[in-house]
Amino acid sequence: MTVTARGKVAMKQESEVTPPGLAARLRAGVRAQALQIVLVWLGIITVFSLLSPTAFFDPANFRNIAISVSILAVLGVGTTFIIITSGIDLSMGSVLVFSGVVSSMTMERIGGGHGWVSAAVGILVALLAGLAWGLLNGFLVAKAKVPAMIVTLGTFGAALGLAQVLTGGIDLRAVPEVLVDSVGFGRVLGVPSLVIVATAVVITGIIVLRRTRFGLLTRGVGSNAEACRRVGINVDRQIIQVYGLAGLLAGLAGVLNLAFFRSTTIAGHSLTNLDVIAGVVIGGTSLFGGVGTVFGTVIGLLIPATLRNGFVILGVQPYWQQVVVGAFLITAVYADQLRRNSTLRGHHRAALMSRLLHPTRKEQ
Amino acid sequence: MATTSSSPIYEARDIERAYGSVLALQGASFDVYPGEVSALIGDNGAGKSTLVRILSGVEQADAGTILFEGKPITLANPTDARDRGIETVFQDLALANHLDPIQNMYLGREVMKAGLLGHLGFMERAKMRSAGREAFTNLGATVNNFSGPVGGMSGGQRQAIAVARAATWAGRVILLDEPTAALGVVQTKVVLDLIRRIRDKGIGVVLISHSMPHVLGVADRVHVLRWGRRVAVYEAAKTNLEELVGAMTGALDGMEEVA
Repeated sequence: MTVTARGKVAMKQESEVTPPGLAARLRAGVRAQALQIVLVWLGIITVFSLLSPTAFFDPANFRNIAISVSILAVLGVGTTFIIITSGIDLSMGSVLVFSGVVSSMTMERIGGGHGWVSAAVGILVALLAGLAWGLLNGFLVAKAKVPAMIVTLGTFGAALGLAQVLTGGIDLRAVPEVLVDSVGFGRVLGVPSLVIVATAVVITGIIVLRRTRFGLLTRGVGSNAEACRRVGINVDRQIIQVYGLAGLLAGLAGVLNLAFFRSTTIAGHSLTNLDVIAGVVIGGTSLFGGVGTVFGTVIGLLIPATLRNGFVILGVQPYWQQVVVGAFLITAVYADQLRRNSTLRGHHRAALMSRLLHPTRKEQ
Repeated sequence: MATTSSSPIYEARDIERAYGSVLALQGASFDVYPGEVSALIGDNGAGKSTLVRILSGVEQADAGTILFEGKPITLANPTDARDRGIETVFQDLALANHLDPIQNMYLGREVMKAGLLGHLGFMERAKMRSAGREAFTNLGATVNNFSGPVGGMSGGQRQAIAVARAATWAGRVILLDEPTAALGVVQTKVVLDLIRRIRDKGIGVVLISHSMPHVLGVADRVHVLRWGRRVAVYEAAKTNLEELVGAMTGALDGMEEVA
């Protein structure tokens, strides 16, 4: 009874807000980069579909695109959170490889690399390994105050180096069949397991960023860390948690990678960090922190994947994809700069006005 | 004076603070009563900012006493001050530009849902939104857009949001550092009205300002700081610009000695 009444009150107030705000919100939405790039992506799909109605515009092909983005998307969720705190992560590809290596070594020792027990322990080890690297990154960024670019460049090299030390540089292939069959190549109702896992991570990421205190504080810390400190928020802890989350997801990506490729792919992830960061930035997340969406990141990753796929099908040299994605990346950051300038312009004008009105005002 | 209480709610006695060999405060005193606007003025380097930083818990005094509700307290950090209902609006406003006014108001004080959802980190968004709007409206802080980022708003709006946020959480005392410094004429009036409304709620308002007209317009008492000491306290209704400037610059020194 009370709940209903309260709900009605809340709804009523929301509807009072909506009429004047709706048009403005729609305009803001159209201006939002996330929506713009959805349109760009749909445009790319339309062009390829017209040029290749049978090979490209085919459910099996879309499935391939989705699979190729899945592992990157899992990494992209964590990286989106990090970039929103105005940090950066270069280490996630190496952490993925390291997690896969220690996971594979563990699974080989437990149950000889067969069965669910082996798989479960292996997954746990991969997640813990990823989490540990993430927490190390976060600790060094938040407490030791080393710039995130340097910290994660260091752990990028260190994690890969340790993975090579542990394996002698030779890829491990110990992966339980049950893991490969269920996660690597399994399907539920025709949807690949990889895509299902990635979708679950993405949806969770969207909810956490938009709806929870953790997400709000992530945006707050990225927007104005000093303001957060003044209201008693533990900024360092928030940063460490965000890097820890990204590490955990890199560990999960390590499991997916292992299950899909049946190999630790030690040499295969040296550029993964740049692919993921490009996707996050194309998706509208600002490198200056404070704003960003997980949904945008997914689209930002789908655009390069769709281009690569389409170019291959059309017989265009796939190298063109890198050229086009490079242009997208620069355009996305340019658009972000324009947005930032247009919001700051108001303040400059206000400061100028006050200087004109209070010419004797002393600067402190 | 709009004072109803006979004893100060917040008081500083003989505060000393040195930065290396520079003596910023040399026995400065200050007090504010509930429901009173107590202004703090002084020329650059008089020690206003240092005193505010000490009263807000950002810095600690080398010597002297701080009394809150008549009892001596020590503030180790700003959280200690906030826990007692003492809020400060510094000149940088400390707003998260990418968040909206309501999110800024509840930043660090989020209302969580009950039960499992709350433990998972879910917030009472609707409740915060309606209570936050009510708080802004009750204070007369005209916020045009409750769901847009504050970074896109005018200086006056941002100042009003920062002051209203502090006033919402300040149960006892609010310290405002140059709240009108960056504002135009109309915006200044809005903020001064806001200050009067906060005072009328029974909160002690400490106003630091360079602008004598604003101080005389809104303050009940004016404390003048010079060379790290309080050199005079005036009732705003019984003083004038010349007297304040004289006390600030030391032109009245001779007269004080005579008195």
